[in-house]
Amino acid sequence: MRKLLSSAVFLSASVLVLAGCSSSDTGSGASAEGLKGSGSGDSCVIDATVPVGAALSLTGGAASYGESQQMGLELALEHLNEKDGVAYDLTVEDDGTDPRQAISVFEGFVSAGSSAIIGPTLSNTAFQAQPIAQESGVPVLAISNTATGITAQGDFVFRDSLTEAQVIPQTIAAAKQNLGLEKVVVMYSNDDAFTESGVEVMQSALDDEGVEVLDTLTFSVKDTDFRSLLTAAKQQNPDAIVVSALIEAAIPLVTQARELGIDQPIIGGNGFNNPQLMADAGEAAEGVIVGAAWNSASDSPENTAFMADFEEKFGSAPDQFAAQAYSGLLVIDHAVRTNCSGERSDVQSGLTQVTDLATPLGAISINSDRDAEHPAVVQIVKDGKFTVLN
Amino acid sequence: MQQLLNGLFLGSIYALFAIGFTLVFGILDRLNLAHPAAFAASAFFGIWLTESFDMPIALVLVIVFAFGALLGLLIERIAFRPLKDRPDAHFAGLISSIAVGGMLIALLQAVFGPNTRRFPADTVPAETIDFGAGVTASVLQIVIVAVSLGLMIGLTVLVGRSSLGRSMRAVAENPGAARVLGVNVDRVTATTFAISTALGAVAGVLFALSVNSAQLGMGTAIELKGLAVIIVGGMGSLPGALVGGLILGVAEVFAIQYVGSSWRDLIAFALLFLILLVRPQGLFGKRKVREV
Repeated sequence: MRKLLSSAVFLSASVLVLAGCSSSDTGSGASAEGLKGSGSGDSCVIDATVPVGAALSLTGGAASYGESQQMGLELALEHLNEKDGVAYDLTVEDDGTDPRQAISVFEGFVSAGSSAIIGPTLSNTAFQAQPIAQESGVPVLAISNTATGITAQGDFVFRDSLTEAQVIPQTIAAAKQNLGLEKVVVMYSNDDAFTESGVEVMQSALDDEGVEVLDTLTFSVKDTDFRSLLTAAKQQNPDAIVVSALIEAAIPLVTQARELGIDQPIIGGNGFNNPQLMADAGEAAEGVIVGAAWNSASDSPENTAFMADFEEKFGSAPDQFAAQAYSGLLVIDHAVRTNCSGERSDVQSGLTQVTDLATPLGAISINSDRDAEHPAVVQIVKDGKFTVLN
Repeated sequence: MQQLLNGLFLGSIYALFAIGFTLVFGILDRLNLAHPAAFAASAFFGIWLTESFDMPIALVLVIVFAFGALLGLLIERIAFRPLKDRPDAHFAGLISSIAVGGMLIALLQAVFGPNTRRFPADTVPAETIDFGAGVTASVLQIVIVAVSLGLMIGLTVLVGRSSLGRSMRAVAENPGAARVLGVNVDRVTATTFAISTALGAVAGVLFALSVNSAQLGMGTAIELKGLAVIIVGGMGSLPGALVGGLILGVAEVFAIQYVGSSWRDLIAFALLFLILLVRPQGLFGKRKVREV
């Protein structure tokens, strides 16, 4: 018995030692593998492939966004690897729309030696997972998080998606100017970080524009029946309904509003910015107003090329999530080439220096808060299509 | 008035979901937690039928009913039958039905992808009936109420009058004695699962139509409410499931109207709690006396 016990202790001790060795091996090994190159910018040449990890919601509630993002990244990877000098090795892992899973995916990327990490898909998840990268000094680029406070998590956290705080005030101002809004009802799902932070921005933007909020109604991200809330909203007789919700809730909400005879415009946050809205809500989507970080109608050479290549590769039109993911990898490539190095700290410093980088989203600059800046567009659904509101 | 209608429609969906749930529970004393997955699977299957074959919705409902019945047989065969002789069969079945539900959802995602799907826009006439004073209801909502009432009455008759119903009640009372008396317990069990899941399947399609949205997680979203409804209604009681569903639906709607939308679930579940304090066996439940 004693012999058995002692050998068990010995075994587990040696396993611990081995585990310690192997993790320090990969940690130092990956970063010493000559990720530094020579030259700079377009002439930069790095011999080793630069490993990039992406944690995306390929399953779970946000899977429809994750799928778009994966396609955007794959297209960008194809384009970047055609260019000379730097080759990338992209690993996409599923965060399952679950903060816990995202944390373990991030830990995996950190110990596997990724030069940079992209993701995760939802702000909710990002707040839990991104600190892992921050603590280990791995630069993170958020490509779809729009909640306030994402980049405040540390100097290694960046994002290329416009925040709700950047887009919504422009949307509300344009809506007020065009429709003469005076009083509105606000609706939002109060159990999700993204929609919560969205509604805060909406309320302060409405305040700034002097629009009266008659009532604020809450629901859950999982809700699909909004009839009773909408009936309560209708009784207030607002000029418009302002909604912070994800697309899964937006479509039934819009459909049921029209069914109950609410003909007023519905103003949505970034979650509404999805071609599925028109495809699935049909007629009911007419008059929905939404601000966007990306405009499919933009005729910049980067955007037209991106849209054509995407259509050719995947047989469907890209959405904003694909455009932001595609641009995200371009931003990382730019940062790598700036210092001509895939070392984590060099990528981090490269990311702080992005100015007027031409992407499908427009010219991106990263500001001192590590957030991207580029123009937004305000759109209204007309004849089944997003058109610019003016 | 509009809110009362909204509550009734919402409640009848809860009830429709719970009726299938409660049937298996009442007769077999098993909780089938693959029911929510079957609910979602049937909605997706119904959408696929409509999209691919351009079928009228009435035919889709009939096929989905059959599809649900098959699914129920499958769930029983995979999740429950292999475990039926174990001493902890209730608990083991509960867990294995969660597993089968998880597999079903994973399979759905592999086949249909993760996106929310919808019936084509013109599947049901979008007409609404105006009751005056701004009170409206869509044709579909009225159909849902009619179908759930109809199914409940049909089931009550089936369980109460038919020979199948008699066997079901015998099995519910004492499976061992029923077998001795010549009832084919396995067949009754399988049939109960088939009927239960077929009802859940129809509920799934109607729900997806009603809210213009079908998601992989749509079953889990109302699973807890379905469970609350069957407990309040009295476990295994069919009229209890209907009344419990309506109470929950109306309570939610009135909480929104008079207390505040954030308090909806709190008020609704607190009310259910109160009912249970007064009647621990549920509204229509009978106290079970177990002799040792």
